[in-house]
Amino acid sequence: MALFLVNVLDGFVTGLLLFMLCSGLTLIFSMMGVLNFAHASFYMLGAYFAYQISLVTGFWAGLLIAPLIVGVIGALVERYGLRRVHKYGHVPELIFTFGLALLIEETIQFFWGKSQLPFSEPAALDFAAFSIAGNAFPAYKVFMIAVAMGIFLTLLYILTKTRIGMTIQAALSYPETVQNLGHNVPLVFMCVFGVGTAMAGLAGVIAGPVLGVFPGMAVQLGSIVFVTIVIGGLGSLWGALVASLIIGWMQTFATAYNVTAEQVLTAMGFTKPELIWDHPLQDLWTLTLPQLGPILPYLLMIIVLVLRPQGLMGNRES
Amino acid sequence: MKRLNFMMATALAAGLIAGAAAAQEKVRIAFIDPLSGPFATTGTQGLSIYRHTIKELVNEPGALLDGQAEFEMVPFDNKISAKESLIQLQVAMDQGIRIIAQGASSGVASALTEAVAKHNRRNPDDPVIFLNHSAVDPALTNDKCQFWHFRFDANADIKMDALTDDIAANPEIKKVYVIGQDYSFGKAVASAAQRFLKEKRPDIEIVGNELHPIGKVKDFTPYARKIVGSGADAVITGNWGGDMVGLGKAVMGAGFDKPIYTYYGATSGITAAFGEEGDGIVKLVGAGQVNPAPSPDAQAFIESFYESFPDLDLGQPQMANVAPMLAAAINEVGNASDIKAIAYALEGMEHDGILTGKTVMRESDHQAIQTVTVQGQTPGVTFEYDKSGRGMNAQTIVEMASKDSATTCEMKRP
Amino acid sequence: MSIASKTRLTAGTARLITLSSTMPWAFAMLFLLCLPFVFQTSSALTIMNQMAITIVFALSYNMLLGQGGMLSFGHAVYMGLGGFFAMHVMNMVEDGLWLPLPLLPIVGGLFGLLFAFIIGSFSTRRAGTVFAMISLGVGELIAACSVILVVFFGGEEGISGDRTMGPPVFGYEFLSQQEVYYLTVFWLLLATLLMYLFSRTPIGRIANAVRDNEERAEFLGYSQRNVRWISFCASGFFAGVAGSLFAINFEILTEENLNLATSGSILLVTFIGGVGFFVGPIIGAIVFTFLQTVLGLHTELWALYLGILFVGCVMFFPSGFAGLIAMHRRPLALGKLNLLFKPYLKVALPAITSVLSLAAILEILFHKRHGYGGDHEMVLYGISFDSTGYHALVMAAAIAAVSLFLVFRLLPEIRAAWDNANHAEAQA
Repeated sequence: MALFLVNVLDGFVTGLLLFMLCSGLTLIFSMMGVLNFAHASFYMLGAYFAYQISLVTGFWAGLLIAPLIVGVIGALVERYGLRRVHKYGHVPELIFTFGLALLIEETIQFFWGKSQLPFSEPAALDFAAFSIAGNAFPAYKVFMIAVAMGIFLTLLYILTKTRIGMTIQAALSYPETVQNLGHNVPLVFMCVFGVGTAMAGLAGVIAGPVLGVFPGMAVQLGSIVFVTIVIGGLGSLWGALVASLIIGWMQTFATAYNVTAEQVLTAMGFTKPELIWDHPLQDLWTLTLPQLGPILPYLLMIIVLVLRPQGLMGNRES
Repeated sequence: MKRLNFMMATALAAGLIAGAAAAQEKVRIAFIDPLSGPFATTGTQGLSIYRHTIKELVNEPGALLDGQAEFEMVPFDNKISAKESLIQLQVAMDQGIRIIAQGASSGVASALTEAVAKHNRRNPDDPVIFLNHSAVDPALTNDKCQFWHFRFDANADIKMDALTDDIAANPEIKKVYVIGQDYSFGKAVASAAQRFLKEKRPDIEIVGNELHPIGKVKDFTPYARKIVGSGADAVITGNWGGDMVGLGKAVMGAGFDKPIYTYYGATSGITAAFGEEGDGIVKLVGAGQVNPAPSPDAQAFIESFYESFPDLDLGQPQMANVAPMLAAAINEVGNASDIKAIAYALEGMEHDGILTGKTVMRESDHQAIQTVTVQGQTPGVTFEYDKSGRGMNAQTIVEMASKDSATTCEMKRP
Repeated sequence: MSIASKTRLTAGTARLITLSSTMPWAFAMLFLLCLPFVFQTSSALTIMNQMAITIVFALSYNMLLGQGGMLSFGHAVYMGLGGFFAMHVMNMVEDGLWLPLPLLPIVGGLFGLLFAFIIGSFSTRRAGTVFAMISLGVGELIAACSVILVVFFGGEEGISGDRTMGPPVFGYEFLSQQEVYYLTVFWLLLATLLMYLFSRTPIGRIANAVRDNEERAEFLGYSQRNVRWISFCASGFFAGVAGSLFAINFEILTEENLNLATSGSILLVTFIGGVGFFVGPIIGAIVFTFLQTVLGLHTELWALYLGILFVGCVMFFPSGFAGLIAMHRRPLALGKLNLLFKPYLKVALPAITSVLSLAAILEILFHKRHGYGGDHEMVLYGISFDSTGYHALVMAAAIAAVSLFLVFRLLPEIRAAWDNANHAEAQA
């Protein structure tokens, strides 16, 4: 039971971290119709910048400055890259972000090399907040939960209660009308892109000490981020939150419990062959739930897409 | 000062060119390992160890054919892909190179050993020799063994033998958790751990034995929870690269403060990532040792390595044996072109390894038998890793480890 | 399937067999047959074989992207699965099954087709983002399965075989790289021809119509879903052929044949070449393989250059290399191509110099930062120098600045020449 509680908390942290990435991505998608393949690369940039800044000023300055730099870079990419490609259509836009992801990864390796960087949590948070049955829960993770919740509430407030939020929502559905009303829609797009990437950068800063800072960190998260927003429904903030949490818990619980195919098959009345290592069905018998953990989100996405293409909470297809 | 540097380098370069012009035969070795991409550090480190060894132990002392010849490393980037490795093998052979060195990833090694065997079967008059400096899947010297493959690292079984010696000597360890990557090497580590622990300490309970997808796990926290929850007194893992960092940090972060036995838990940024937390906890089993240096010669050898390559680590001590042993084989044959005779000369060769003590290339399976050490992460050692102020210090030293271990290899000799 | 039953299948075939349409094929065949006499080393042959495989794979990918408007992030699955099955069949040949090696690609192709048929049954229902995302999901799933299903995929080591164990064909046992080259070229030409013919069939044409406007195609009585499904299956078949050729050439298949990186790079290849043209993927495959293998031998930064090329391509010439070439059709038709020669020649030298010197700046910076300590000596373009000082860097920067300045100076002239060459009336 104690372990169950720990896993609930861990899954919650994983889910919220995913949400910080997805919220920006889903906003950008709903505004511009672009699936930003480079989104996880901005997450990576955030982590690397924060590491570099932390060498000089310590963790906290990095936490503030790195997302700002990433946001500015994001805005510039929108202004001078994406907007240029926009006129060619959606596929070239997608391909542009795909190429950008490659380029950012290579550029990072150019400057910081290929090894993992020693980026660790600030000393002020380097203690166990509490522990459940011997399992320590680091204070840093409590901090992660607080930041992610803060972001979600702020976003929700801005999007639904403020004037800017209203404009953004309107520009989502009727860009021409909003433009005619005198709003600068391209500027709004640029700002949304900047804010979205800045949030990815912030996620990178926060996740860096836990998940590691290395050139493969974007690829590792890249496709799962898409899976999440597709499951949640493209463009839906609540959908992104729900899907992030589902995936966070799904992956945590799948790895936490060693259910094996052997147990399941035996319970179903099959008997395990004696010489399992030469048996054609050896893979079936030796399969375990933790092995399947990483592919569960993809399976879920395919099922959702086939049965409900607009996603769990989305209201339109693409 | 800068200008002086520039001039000196120009002079040096001119000197080198002049030296080369002095008609010394170049014996070229193709180094096929990742030099770009996520595993580039491993490849770069290996290449630097080769270059250093060749300079210090072969070329400068004139140890190859009485100074008539010199070794030269020719790097080929295989991007840790089996396909690229085969292409690079072709390129190397086209350039006339018949000595191939590779080590990063057992998957690539098994592709290469098979390609080399095929080439030699199809071109019996023009064979190629494959020197494997660090791929440790036991199969390469057992079921998949072949005459043209020589392994200079201790294989996963040999390392586990030494590792379990260390565990067996520690009465406090009653429960062990084995975790690894889900592929041939991870499975080999797991089965070796079970076998040796049962043999040496039947009272030890293996409380967990699991494999996780390789390179796909973002967050190791759930695994760490299971490990802590199982009440294990020690963890054994064959993880490398990002999977090693992720697992180590998660396990220590979950409050685990008992030994974590690893195969690759140091250098390439890993020691720096573990930092102070890993001191006294992270252990590594490997061939040879750097700390403390086994002899004054070794001390000088390591010191000059760090002078030449201050950004890299001497992380794979067994790699320092490849060039000297090859040189000895070539000297015995008398020329560098009769690859078959060189391969026969390497078989059963005894060598006084600079970092690995007495080393023998076993005839039956082409597996090097050498000193294997269990090292612990310690602050303030002489030769630190990752410039992190800490490094690995040899704690249990097993000379000629597993020298009588069994092999299923049925060597077919040409 | 309710595909346009009334359209004559022979539509367009009559004018296919003319001299002008067979000439390029005959020329390509002759060229490919002669290549081994120029490049004799087995590594050159291996690289050419790899190009051929990439061409078939890229063309099959373009059946989706260029002709059908389906953006796939998991096309490696069909090539990989075709290859894995071909490899298993190759191993069965070793155990006594009778199958000459040149027929193996058919086997791989059929398995590619089978899986495309199964997966296409649900993934092609919609185009656009939904299709892209399903292809991504399926790609990740199969790649992950390859490490779990060890019996079939061989885990991380993959599976390998020996191509020489089959019955000899006309006395050839495919021992040498050259024999394999001719086998590969035979299949390259056959597959390319078939894919070209497919694009000319009514179904190929309707695929274009569905790409451009699904609803209109639907109103014309074509099921957009079936049209996509058929293109998808055909594409899967040729991807499987490419996979079998891979199996024959490298005699090993691993997880990397299935994974996302391979799927991504084929997108890159096709796009750089030009998705709107049949020859686009061919150009892209040649350029990409060349960069990857040959440039990779000379610099660690090859992937960075590739990334820059790719992003630059999407931003500045989204129709790819083939598009750049096709831009010159009009001047050619007007007989004014000669007007462009001189300005092109004039700009070529500074343009090449600026590219090389910019690359030199990157290389020197990289060497300064990550070069092996102690090893300050660096060789670039045959010149050896010390990378610690700033001399070389400053020099490279100066050369780059001067050559870039020249390029920009020459731009108006080129633009004028271009306008001139594209206007029929403005005779110079």
